[in-house]
Amino acid sequence: MSLTNIFEIAGSGMSAQSVRLNTVSSNIANAESVSSSTGETYRARHPVFSVIQQQVNENFGFNADAGRGVQVDGIVESQAALRKQYQPDHPKADGEGYVYYPNVNIVEEMADMISASRSYQTNVEMMNTAKQLMQRVLTLGQ
Amino acid sequence: MPINFDAALGVHAQALATHSRRAEVLANNIANADTPGYQARDMDFKQVLAGARNDQMNMNTTHRGHISGNASGSTSSAELLYRTPTQPSLDGNTVDLQIEQAEYAKNAMRFQSSFTFLNGKFGGLRSAIRGE
Repeated sequence: MSLTNIFEIAGSGMSAQSVRLNTVSSNIANAESVSSSTGETYRARHPVFSVIQQQVNENFGFNADAGRGVQVDGIVESQAALRKQYQPDHPKADGEGYVYYPNVNIVEEMADMISASRSYQTNVEMMNTAKQLMQRVLTLGQ
Repeated sequence: MPINFDAALGVHAQALATHSRRAEVLANNIANADTPGYQARDMDFKQVLAGARNDQMNMNTTHRGHISGNASGSTSSAELLYRTPTQPSLDGNTVDLQIEQAEYAKNAMRFQSSFTFLNGKFGGLRSAIRGE
């Protein structure tokens, strides 16, 4: 029954989007975490999504390569340049008086957050619709 | 005279199954709306339904002792097509969330109509059996 698969698909989508929300909140929380060297500074993190491919011959046939939802392959750190700021009176300033701010773009993160939460809602609605359809089928012949 | 369910229920049983399979494909599109490089899939409903109705694989009977049988043909993945993107994004994703949502809702409505027709057929059969 393919309607049950929708629960798995929407569930995987919700889980992936919540990982994305998690990285966004981590990025925003650490947006001002300064450090005295480029190596120690927090870098913006983003999840990488990919399609869950169906196992070969598992369902024998129809949706052989339609995919079965989405998964998080991993979380990558942004390689964009860090913000270097001259603050000699900062306790974490290096020998030359510079501190390094994370390469987190707050505006970008907020947009990402809204996008993730909308996608999450869409997945919830999708699961709701599938549930209604299945409940409808249960009343067949009554 | 035995009741032939295939003849009595018409196209609606297959239509219901095909709608639920299409719902899965569309759900997968929506779940992968943010996956880089993912290409949206869909099916030609009419063609798949026609295939589901005709693709019965019948077993060969070469001896009178053989039992005949048929399997409802499982359609091939070749019937899954790729959607023509209206505005593909830079990361190669061709899912247009609004289009997919609309298609999903439409598919759900058609599923409900098929279900209502099927339910009506069962109601008709039941009143025929009772002789009301």
